[in-house]
Amino acid sequence: MPDLSINFAGIKSPNPFWLASAPPTNSGYQVMKAFDAGWGGAVWKTMGVPVVNVSSRYGGVNYRDKRLVGFNNIELISDRPLADNLREIEEVKKRFPNHAVIASLMVQSRQEWHDIVRQSQDAGADGFELNFGCPHGMCERGMGSAVGQEPKVLQTIVEWVMEVAQKPVIVKLTPNISDITEPALAARRGGADAISLINTIQSIVGVDIDNFAPYPVVDGKGTNGGYCGPAVKPIALNMVKNCAQHPDIRLPISGIGGIENWRDAVEHMLLGAGSVQVCTAAMHFGFGIIREMTSGLEQYMVEKGFETIDQLVGKALPNVLPWEDLNMKYKVTANIHAEKCIGCQLCYTACEDGAHQAIRLNAGTRVPEIIEENCVGCNLCSLVCPVEQCITMERTDAGTQHLTWKGRTEAGDVPVEFNDEKAGGRHHWVPEPAAALGKERHKTLPGKARVLNGETEMPAEA
Amino acid sequence: MAEYSIPTTEQEFQLNFAQLKPHMNRTEALYESSRCLFCFDAPCIKACPSGIDIPQFIRQINSGNETGAARTIYEANYFGNACGKVCPTEVLCEGACVYNLQDVKPIEIGRLQSYATTQVIKSGKQLFGPGAATGKSVAVIGAGPAGISAACELRALGYEVDVFEAKAQPSGLTVYGVAPYKITNEEILAEMAYLQAQFGYRVHFNSPINSREELSKLENEYDAIFLGIGLGKTSELGLPGEDKINCTGAVEFIAELRQHHHEVAVGRKVIVLGGGNTAMDAASESSRLGAEQVILAYRRAKDEMGAYGFEYDLAKGVGVKGLFNVAPVEIVGNGYVSGVKFIRTETKDGKVSEIAGSEFVEPCDMVIKATGQAKQTNFLSLIPGLKLDGKGRIIANAHTGQTTNPKYFASGDAWNGGAEVVNAAAEAKLTARGIHAYLSK
Repeated sequence: MPDLSINFAGIKSPNPFWLASAPPTNSGYQVMKAFDAGWGGAVWKTMGVPVVNVSSRYGGVNYRDKRLVGFNNIELISDRPLADNLREIEEVKKRFPNHAVIASLMVQSRQEWHDIVRQSQDAGADGFELNFGCPHGMCERGMGSAVGQEPKVLQTIVEWVMEVAQKPVIVKLTPNISDITEPALAARRGGADAISLINTIQSIVGVDIDNFAPYPVVDGKGTNGGYCGPAVKPIALNMVKNCAQHPDIRLPISGIGGIENWRDAVEHMLLGAGSVQVCTAAMHFGFGIIREMTSGLEQYMVEKGFETIDQLVGKALPNVLPWEDLNMKYKVTANIHAEKCIGCQLCYTACEDGAHQAIRLNAGTRVPEIIEENCVGCNLCSLVCPVEQCITMERTDAGTQHLTWKGRTEAGDVPVEFNDEKAGGRHHWVPEPAAALGKERHKTLPGKARVLNGETEMPAEA
Repeated sequence: MAEYSIPTTEQEFQLNFAQLKPHMNRTEALYESSRCLFCFDAPCIKACPSGIDIPQFIRQINSGNETGAARTIYEANYFGNACGKVCPTEVLCEGACVYNLQDVKPIEIGRLQSYATTQVIKSGKQLFGPGAATGKSVAVIGAGPAGISAACELRALGYEVDVFEAKAQPSGLTVYGVAPYKITNEEILAEMAYLQAQFGYRVHFNSPINSREELSKLENEYDAIFLGIGLGKTSELGLPGEDKINCTGAVEFIAELRQHHHEVAVGRKVIVLGGGNTAMDAASESSRLGAEQVILAYRRAKDEMGAYGFEYDLAKGVGVKGLFNVAPVEIVGNGYVSGVKFIRTETKDGKVSEIAGSEFVEPCDMVIKATGQAKQTNFLSLIPGLKLDGKGRIIANAHTGQTTNPKYFASGDAWNGGAEVVNAAAEAKLTARGIHAYLSK
């Protein structure tokens, strides 16, 4: 069996799955339950001077019948007395000495940082996570993302912490910034042992369209919250990759953002995450999801021949390149497998209206046909097709040539004028604008009229 | 057999005749509507005789716009809820759903349609209203799916409309002829009340139009006359003994059933004659009324029945037994039905022939003839210049519904020979526009 245990910047854990600092790690009760269920570590709900929360704290984004593809909260850091949190950390560590318990911290002055780091250390925490990410409420008080957005301030605070910390220090970054590597570099300069990302994204999760207020609604009003859940994974993956690829950061990364199953976790790891943190999925489905995550990761490692987590961390990074380094000679073309096609024609309308008019309909069949010479290989049809493997993208170049935009630029072979002959779409056929007219108009008529339109003269509406 | 005990109360009746397509709640509607792919040039629309923009109304339900969904449905078909429940969706919209080709359950379009329309019926929301008055008026004969649909559309086009109905309730066979497990009286009457409140046509119940004098009066008082008269009584078979007690027509039996529920008595052993959808209904209904044995007798082979496969399955599912390749020769009994004398048949090159000497008597205490409805040719002969085809169907322009007497227009069973509610509703909408075109000249 593969070994799922990790040593993340000196923090050991039986598996790479940690609960992120959030409501699921609010108490010793929850953390013990999670460890019992199989979680490898927990980042305690952020401790500091206890806060007072509002009622009505979470909002959700549903997609069709799927609940919580996105989630946001306006809850602040721990509202429990520090002494209670510390006592419970100690109790958890006694019961689970080999699991990772990381103290998430957020205070203001140097003295406060020193005090809380020492106290957490004394309670037995295996490491610290400095919360420079919270994008709501705490940032209005100069903490959380207010720090994460100011690399100099961030660096200073990290330096304060490093003065007393005897355990590894992780800096949690906010994605509410244009270049995530800047605060990551500041964390490194400050002496941090690792970074974790992403914290939540500033968001308004929805608007109550009857009462004209943003969700979650607090007495008829609302405020921006922090966005997370499956919808944020793509943003997180990109930021994890940016930090992992930066030559000067060179810090272990704890990946956070949209992880709800083993596959999400593997993706984070392949882009450089040495541990992963989960919150929304645990809030949605409970701690039991860990069973699927560990078994899926194990199965994947067995199938791919990975024996340790280290072997897969960052495995996809060499294949993530700047756009200018992609091979422009590579060409794929859509291929419809007629025997699988159910005739929904979503590919047709998607290509017609959203891409390059490279699919046609033929009389007598509902199976659309690819117009190969128009197909630019964009994937759209294969993405909208509801049938597995019905539309495949197949390579049509010989695979012998390699030419990048960078190469073309260096060779002086790129368009430079507005009407340059070298424009990529210059010789691509598009229909005449007026050929569009009448194609969809009949669909705006009700009932039989849409079918009979053209056959009979429909009297004007009364 | 006797899967069902004889219902003695309304509650027991409702249990035996539980709705095949019960109403959805918001959660089920959300889940089901989420599955719709929003096909381009959707096959479900093409399969719908009334051309409802199905992907559109499903998308509207999905986005929480039930009112808009109901509008989409009613703009194409005024019998929106009724059709959602009584349409043979298995062979229409749902049968055309592309999911069928993937061996995935098709979208429950009928139930979604009823979900949306029921919401507005319950709320009484005003979606439609009469159009600007044209000063002209139309008489509609028959308050069935054709007549009521024509009345709605004509009101929307600004005509005064009077509907003359022989019976006491509107919707025709929807309330008098459809199987009770497909739609309840309450919900169809609620939809009729909703439509009347929206459009404000007048309905004169218990007002049959039977005579030349009555027709002349209508001809003088109205600018056009719409015939939505449907079909007549069950056709006589011309068999000896057909007048025996407990030998009844399916249409008459079902009409009684719809109005009097558990108070309708059924025989202990019932023979239903016929192989169409009405025969399946009558057989199913007999079984649900507690008959111990129900036999469906058809003169050809099983696979030659006119009924939809799912309708036969439904009948089989409640214990009905098929008896095929038999033709009735005589209804036997002394005053009361005591059996049917059959002769065995065989089909050769599509022709049915009787096998000499193969007669036998199948005992029973009730016979239900589901062998088709007669055309109302006598009544139609009162209309000057009105021509019928060889099967007694009114001849009318396919796009305008105008008959060979220019003042008369037709839709529904009297025109198409007998089809679904949805066909009548779709035809009548078109015909109303034909009337409008005629009166706008």
